[in-house]
Amino acid sequence: MKLITAVVKPHRLDEIKEALQAFGVHGLTVTEASGYGRQRGHTEVYRGAEYTVDLVPKIRIEVLVEDDDAEQLLDVIVKAARTGKIGDGKVWSVPVDTAVRVRTGERGPDAL
Amino acid sequence: MAPAITLAADAPTLSAANTGFMLICSALVLIMTPGLAFFYGGMVRVKSTLNMLMMSFISMGIVTILWVLYGFSLAFGTDSGGIIGWSSDYVGLSGIGITQLWDGYTIPIYVFAVFQLMFAIITPALISGAVADRVKFTGWALFVALWATVVYFPVAHWVWGAGGWAFELGVIDFAGGTAVHINAGAAALGVILVIGKRVGFKRDPMRPHSLPLVMLGAGLLWFGWFGFNAGSWLGNDDGVGALMFINTQIATAAAMLAWLAYEKIRHGAFTTLGAASGAVAGLVAITPSGGAVSPLGAIAVGVVAGLLCAMAVGLKYKFGYDDSLDVVGVHLVGGVVGSLLIGFLATGGGQSDVAGLFYGGGLDQFWKQCAGVFAVLAYSLVASAVLAFLIDKTIGMRVSEDDEIAGIDQAEHAETAYDFSGGGGGASFSAAPSPAQGTPAKKVDA
Repeated sequence: MKLITAVVKPHRLDEIKEALQAFGVHGLTVTEASGYGRQRGHTEVYRGAEYTVDLVPKIRIEVLVEDDDAEQLLDVIVKAARTGKIGDGKVWSVPVDTAVRVRTGERGPDAL
Repeated sequence: MAPAITLAADAPTLSAANTGFMLICSALVLIMTPGLAFFYGGMVRVKSTLNMLMMSFISMGIVTILWVLYGFSLAFGTDSGGIIGWSSDYVGLSGIGITQLWDGYTIPIYVFAVFQLMFAIITPALISGAVADRVKFTGWALFVALWATVVYFPVAHWVWGAGGWAFELGVIDFAGGTAVHINAGAAALGVILVIGKRVGFKRDPMRPHSLPLVMLGAGLLWFGWFGFNAGSWLGNDDGVGALMFINTQIATAAAMLAWLAYEKIRHGAFTTLGAASGAVAGLVAITPSGGAVSPLGAIAVGVVAGLLCAMAVGLKYKFGYDDSLDVVGVHLVGGVVGSLLIGFLATGGGQSDVAGLFYGGGLDQFWKQCAGVFAVLAYSLVASAVLAFLIDKTIGMRVSEDDEIAGIDQAEHAETAYDFSGGGGGASFSAAPSPAQGTPAKKVDA
């Protein structure tokens, strides 16, 4: 199994959700996040005093998938998240030892 | 403030229209103080919001009582040497009949006293913006009481009291450019030079936490300011109040536009805070001058005030004094601009026949304005610094560094402005509301 994590622009959430559903993913977790990449946030001005706001709002999407689907799913998410502008985010996958469905106790791929 | 009108033939009688107008104006001036509280409250960080509101509100409590006890007497009692007043009838407002008229006007003394009280309330509240985030509430409350007594009441007497030296000299201060704004701005500078900077000044971001609150406050100030300015003629018999009213609107609009234009050119954006600040700068500058200048003159006053105040707010970073919310940059600078421009722009056709340089009056009035401005500035600066120093050495003027960092609301008021957690968190110490308050208590059999 793989855990796919995507940190992306908040307004792309709906597109990504639809793309994941079309792909056949059953569940996902979304959290609000903040951070910056190469663009380093933005500048705000208050009575002439400039403040650099480093941390910009993002959402973090986490999906557990079977190994075979992981590569393809990365592409699906990237395609749905991309606006082409700076700050589109990152997606990555990491191996997962095991997963358990809390309600039934099922383990491994059955738990997804 | 209007000079005393002396009517040779007829003694003035109580005018219901003027009295009603002045009661409304007094209420309008009062709302400026909560308006100021929100104007300032939105500009501080979340953790200081309540303290900022409270520093204005406490002034409504303390100054009101002092005014009744002795403040009105000190400011508007019988003059001694041009410096201070005193009339025992005014002590406790005890010797005043309800139909007794104020000195040659058509309104009762009570109405004049309550109108002037509102000015006495907002002036110390104005200072609080400079000391945001770091002042012990007890220290501040004591400062308000002492400052009103030692600085505001005498200065109000100088400027507006019959026999006050500035009044007698002919310094024009229609509604408080000198007595209120320069006075508060200079006091702010005096206090912050004593108490020092906020922890993290110039290092940590100290962005305003709610610009909508700032706009709400600025709107209330603008609204209330009509009472502040138009009411200062103490009646409506000759059109000067109307001139003041329209000039207030004109200068405020001009200053807002000037501030916005400046920051668009200088910083690349028309900001909300700039609009609110520009409006306040215009209101401050027209306060002393609005009864003397023409509507076109009011545009000039507004534009100059908007530009100079927008430039002045950056000075604190250059010189390194921490005037948190720019009381010096807006009120002191705006007050000086408005007061001195009278020397150039007075038409001779408003509150008095004194004309400024541009209207053929020479520089005579300008020098008088300078005398008023710099005397009040110097006295307020020094006296306020001394008061802050004395309080700091006795009961203490600043909260501890830990409290300042954790948030002055919690340390000084045992409250926080917002609950962001939705779960009773938000710096509350208990995990859930107690049953007695949060949910109906269970019935217990006796």
